[in-house]
Amino acid sequence: MNQQKEWPLWEVFIRSKQGLDHKHVGSLHASDAEMAIQNARDVYTRRMEGVSIWVVESKHVHASNPDEAAAFFDPATDKVYRHPTFYEVPAEIKNM
Amino acid sequence: METIIDKSLEELFEEKIANEIRIEPKDWMPEQYRKTLVRQISQHAHSEIVGMLPEGNWITRAPSLKRKAILLSKVQDEAGHGLYLYSAAETLGTSRDQMIADLHSGKAKYSSIFNYPTLSWADIGAIGWLVDGAAIMNQVPLIRTSYGPYARAMVRVCKEESFHQRQGFEIMMTLCNGAPAQKKMAQEAFNRWWWPTLMMFGPKDSESPNTEQSMRWKIKRFTNDELRQRFVDMMVPQAEFLGLTVPDKDLTWNEAKNGYDFGDVDWEEFWNVVKGNGPCNKDRLSTRVKAHEEGAWVREAALAHAQKRAQREAEKQA
Ligand SMILES: [Fe+2]
Ligand SMILES: [Fe+2]
Ligand SMILES: [Fe+2]
Repeated sequence: MNQQKEWPLWEVFIRSKQGLDHKHVGSLHASDAEMAIQNARDVYTRRMEGVSIWVVESKHVHASNPDEAAAFFDPATDKVYRHPTFYEVPAEIKNM
Repeated sequence: METIIDKSLEELFEEKIANEIRIEPKDWMPEQYRKTLVRQISQHAHSEIVGMLPEGNWITRAPSLKRKAILLSKVQDEAGHGLYLYSAAETLGTSRDQMIADLHSGKAKYSSIFNYPTLSWADIGAIGWLVDGAAIMNQVPLIRTSYGPYARAMVRVCKEESFHQRQGFEIMMTLCNGAPAQKKMAQEAFNRWWWPTLMMFGPKDSESPNTEQSMRWKIKRFTNDELRQRFVDMMVPQAEFLGLTVPDKDLTWNEAKNGYDFGDVDWEEFWNVVKGNGPCNKDRLSTRVKAHEEGAWVREAALAHAQKRAQREAEKQA
């Protein structure tokens, strides 16, 4: 008898079209990776929503802490000079 | 100290709600918000799953191969809807096993509509047209619900739902344009499903104590009565087009409100079905429990197989 009863949870990522990146679409339960991919096909691509599937066991996903989001992403907030709109380009200059 | 921290978290949460910023799984949320969502999302998931049963009843008896393929596909979609929703609920910290256990013990509810029987093929038309129509009415506003995973699941569900309604309408249209016996079958199915469908929007606003809080948290965007009214206004012209008579002697157009006045739902019947005394409650639940129990060996075997394979893989590496 297995002590673990529920099949593990997997996160599903789908590439909708060749040339686009994989995008998170949801999750599902499966006993192993092979079954997770097959179930993902049936659950998330019944209408040709995908050409490629990635699955990752949810326990392997590490995430940034939402409570610390403000401080964590703070270094990027005051660096307007990283954006092209920060710079003044004379009207005479074309194609820049 | 404790309360100060909680308060600021709560303020942050309220601010997000006010600014239409979605709440995500790891964000702080009031316990009652979490509870309300777990109840609503799991109940919604259970409805999708149990909802497969009345229609599944006709898969082997669909009148043509085309209808059979369509119905099979629709029922498969409902399974998918249930799965999207279960995983959305799981992001709130409940488990699949817990939700299934609550469904099977009767602790969790599912939409009462699925406790009515599908007596003729026309019922399959009526379900797609009316029941999925009402589901769309309920679900479209949920695309803007405040909890991210629920809202995203609803985007997928709603995309798939409109085929469900159209295939139902087409069945009704075919029957209504057919022989008198077919037309009669359609009218009878309509009579059976009209009132239970109106019940799908839930109790009257005055008797729905949770509505106000859910509206404040932007889980719900419209009240039960608002959605019911919209549904009636949308469906009456469609019934007229089909040449069907709405089984409500109080139905009249009200110019002043630019909508229909309609009769009162039989709330006694509604509560009675909710409490478990509908025509099919016992049958639906026992079918679910049986399927779950008879599938236990498959779930266990798949896990054992996965573990064995992982172990073999590990031995090879060593
Ligand atoms: Fe559905
Ligand atoms: Fe639904
Ligand atoms: Fe549906």
